[in-house]
Amino acid sequence: MLVDRRDRHPILLANARIIDPSRDLDFPGDLLIADGVIRDAKRGIGAAGVPEGAEIIDCRGKIVAPGLIDMRAFIGEPGAEGRESIASASQAAAAGGVTTIVCQPDTEPTIDDPTIVDFIQRRARDTGIVHVQPMAALTKGLKGQEMTEIGLLKAAGAVAFTDGTRSVTNAQVMRRALIYADDFDVLIVHHTEDPDLVGEGVMNEGEFAARLGLIGSPKASETIMLERDMRLVALTGGRYHAASITCVESLEVVRRAKDAGMPVTCSASINHLALNEIDVGQYRTFFKLSPPLRSEDDRQALVAAVEEGLIDVVMSDHNPQDVEVKRLPFAEAAIGAIGIETMLPAGLRLVHGGSLKLMTLLKAMSTRPAELLGLPGGTLRPGSPADVIVIDADVPWVLDRAELKSKCRNTPFDEARMQGRAARTIVAGRTIYEYV
Amino acid sequence: MNMAPKSSFVLSQRHLLGIAGLSHADIVGLLDLADTFVELNRQIEKKTASLRGRTLINMFFEASTRTQASFELAGKRLGADVMNMSVSSSSIRKGETLIDTAVTLNAMHPDLIVMRHHASGAVELLSQKVDCSVINAGDGQHEHPTQALLDALTIRRNKGAIEGLTIAICGDILHSRVARSNIILLNTLGARVRVIAPSTLLPPGIERFGVEVARDMREGLSGIDIVMMLRLQRERMNGSFVPSTQEYFAYYGLDQKKLAYAKPDALVMHPGPMNRGVEIDSIVADGAQSLIREQVEMGVAVRMAVLEALSRNLPNA
Repeated sequence: MLVDRRDRHPILLANARIIDPSRDLDFPGDLLIADGVIRDAKRGIGAAGVPEGAEIIDCRGKIVAPGLIDMRAFIGEPGAEGRESIASASQAAAAGGVTTIVCQPDTEPTIDDPTIVDFIQRRARDTGIVHVQPMAALTKGLKGQEMTEIGLLKAAGAVAFTDGTRSVTNAQVMRRALIYADDFDVLIVHHTEDPDLVGEGVMNEGEFAARLGLIGSPKASETIMLERDMRLVALTGGRYHAASITCVESLEVVRRAKDAGMPVTCSASINHLALNEIDVGQYRTFFKLSPPLRSEDDRQALVAAVEEGLIDVVMSDHNPQDVEVKRLPFAEAAIGAIGIETMLPAGLRLVHGGSLKLMTLLKAMSTRPAELLGLPGGTLRPGSPADVIVIDADVPWVLDRAELKSKCRNTPFDEARMQGRAARTIVAGRTIYEYV
Repeated sequence: MNMAPKSSFVLSQRHLLGIAGLSHADIVGLLDLADTFVELNRQIEKKTASLRGRTLINMFFEASTRTQASFELAGKRLGADVMNMSVSSSSIRKGETLIDTAVTLNAMHPDLIVMRHHASGAVELLSQKVDCSVINAGDGQHEHPTQALLDALTIRRNKGAIEGLTIAICGDILHSRVARSNIILLNTLGARVRVIAPSTLLPPGIERFGVEVARDMREGLSGIDIVMMLRLQRERMNGSFVPSTQEYFAYYGLDQKKLAYAKPDALVMHPGPMNRGVEIDSIVADGAQSLIREQVEMGVAVRMAVLEALSRNLPNA
C-alpha cells in the first residue's frame, strides 16, 4: 500500500499538558513528531523549533499522552467478520485513543499456526488504521491439550500466548506450557475460571442472582484456578499474566505472588472497574460477562488495586456480539461487551470521581502493556514511534451507541454521561482520528 | 350470563411479570377480586362478559397441565377468545425464535399473552416486544406470580388473614420460582417466612430475602401455621443436589410424624404436581390438613382476577 507522504508532515502538539507514564513525567510543554517518530517533548519548542511544513496544533487545556494499548480485544477476523473486522475494530480503537489492539486467538481458524499470525499482520497493514498485534493460542485449537508452536509463533510475531476466554484445566498441560514458554521468554496470559465450578452459572453468585432466578458463578471459580496457577508458576518460573481478575480474593492471591517475587502480573477489564452485578438489572444481557460482574466491594477493591499498581493493566475485554445472540433470555445470551472505544472515557470517569489518578490510568492502559508484551509504544521518549493521543479530559458528552464505530453495539455504557475522551489519535506520526 | 363483579380495582402495572413489582394494595386488590370469582365459579352459570372481544394467547414453552388449563378456563369464563400455543422446546431453536414469535403474535393484536418459559427473564423480554399485557405463568427459576397469589388466597380464606402467620416453605428453594414469588408476597402481607431445605438446595444469599433459614424439619416446622411443600425435580435427586430420593424423603419428606412438629392446626400446601413419597407422603397430601385440592380451585379464580384487572388497563377498556 502506498503511504500518503502528505499526511506524514511533521506535527507539533503545542501548549499541552504532557503526561509520559513511562517516565512519570507530567509537565506543560510541546511535543514534536516527524517521520513517524517522537522527536522531542519539552517545554517551549514553539513554532520556531519546528521543521518546514509542520502542522502546529494548539493543545491548550488538553493532555498529550502515549497512544493506548488495549491488551485484550476479541475481533471476529478471521471467521466472524460480520461481528467485527480488523478494519472496524481499528476504527473503533482510533476513536477511543487506542493505537495498538492486542487481538485474541479465538478466531476461526484459531490463531495457533504461524500462517494465521501472518494473515492478521497483513490484514492489519492493508485494512487497519491502528497497530494490531495478535496473541497466539497457548494450546492447539484452544482445546487445552497440546501446546502450540510457541517458538515459531513468537518468531512470526505473536506477542503473547493465551487460550482466550478458556482456562487450561489440565495442570500438566499448563505446567509444561509454562516451562517451555519460559525458554522463549514469552508471556502466558490465562483466563482463570474453573469451568466445572462455573457450571451453568451466568452471573455472580449471590443475592442478586438468586433474586433473578439465575444460576450464579462463585468467585471461588476464579480464585481456585488462579491459586493453582500460582503453584505452577512457583514450580516452573514461567512469566504469567492473569487475563482478567475481578474480585478481592483474587487480588489477595496476586499480592502474595508479587510479594514473593514471582513473575506474575494481571489485568482487570474496564467493565469490572466501572460496573457491578447490580447493573445487570432486569436481565440486561449487555452486562453478561465472563468472569461476571461482581459486587460493589469487589469493584472498589479493583480500582484501588489499579491505583496501587497491584493490577498492572486495564484493558477493554472488547467482545462484539450481534443483537441476535444478545436479544435472548439472559442465560441463553452470548457473553461479552464491546469496549475498545469507551475504555478511556469510562476510565476518565474514575479519574474525575477521584478514585484513580490520571497518570495511573494512562500507565495501566499504555506503558504497562507495552512493557509486558515487549512493544515499542507506551512512552513519549524521544525516538519512540509516534503513537500519541490528545485527550480532552473535560468535554462532556453522552454516549450514543448508534455512533460507535464497532460493527456491534453491545455496549454497557449506552446513554452514559461521560466527561472526557480522545480528541486526536496519531499512529506512526499520522493523525488517523480527530473528534469534532 | 352474570354481570362482571363490581369493583373499581385497577392494577398499578401493565403486565404481571412477578410479585416483585406489585404493591401491597395491588396484592390485596387482586385477592379481593379473586374472592368474588370463587363465588362465581361455584355457580352453574360461570361466565361473565368482561373480556368479551378480547383475545388471550396461552404460550407455553414448557409443558404444563394445570396452569395452562387454569388460564384457559379463566379466560373463557371471562368471555375472551383463548388460543393455546404449546411450543415444545425441541421444536424451537432456543430463544432465537422467542422474539420472532413475539413479533408475529403481536401482529395478530392479542390483548393478553400468558407465557411460561424455561429461562428466567424470558417473559420480561417478551413484554418489551409486544403491545399487549403479558402475564408470567412461570419463567425459569425466577417468578410464578399467579401461583403465589392463589396460595395467598387459599391461606387467607382458611386462616382469615396472612399477617401474623408463620409459614414454612420446604424443599428445593434453589430452583423454585414458586418459592421466590411466595417469599416476596408473604413478606409483603406481613407473614413470617421460614425456608427449610438441605444447604445444596438453598440459593446463596437467601438470608438477604427476609426469611429464617432452617436445615432441619423438626426445628424448622416448630410453631408453623402453614407448610408449603415444593416439588423436587427428578434430575436433581440422584447425587447432584441430594444423594437419593430415599434420603431426601427421610430428612425432608413431609409425613405425619414431621407434620406433628408444626402447630396442631397447621395446614399443608403443594403447588403440584406432587412426587408422592419424595417430598410428601400420600397420607398427608390427601389428609384433613391438606389444602392442595383447594389450591387448584383458587387458581382459576386468581387467574380470572389477574386477567380482569389487567384488561381494565387495556386501551378501549
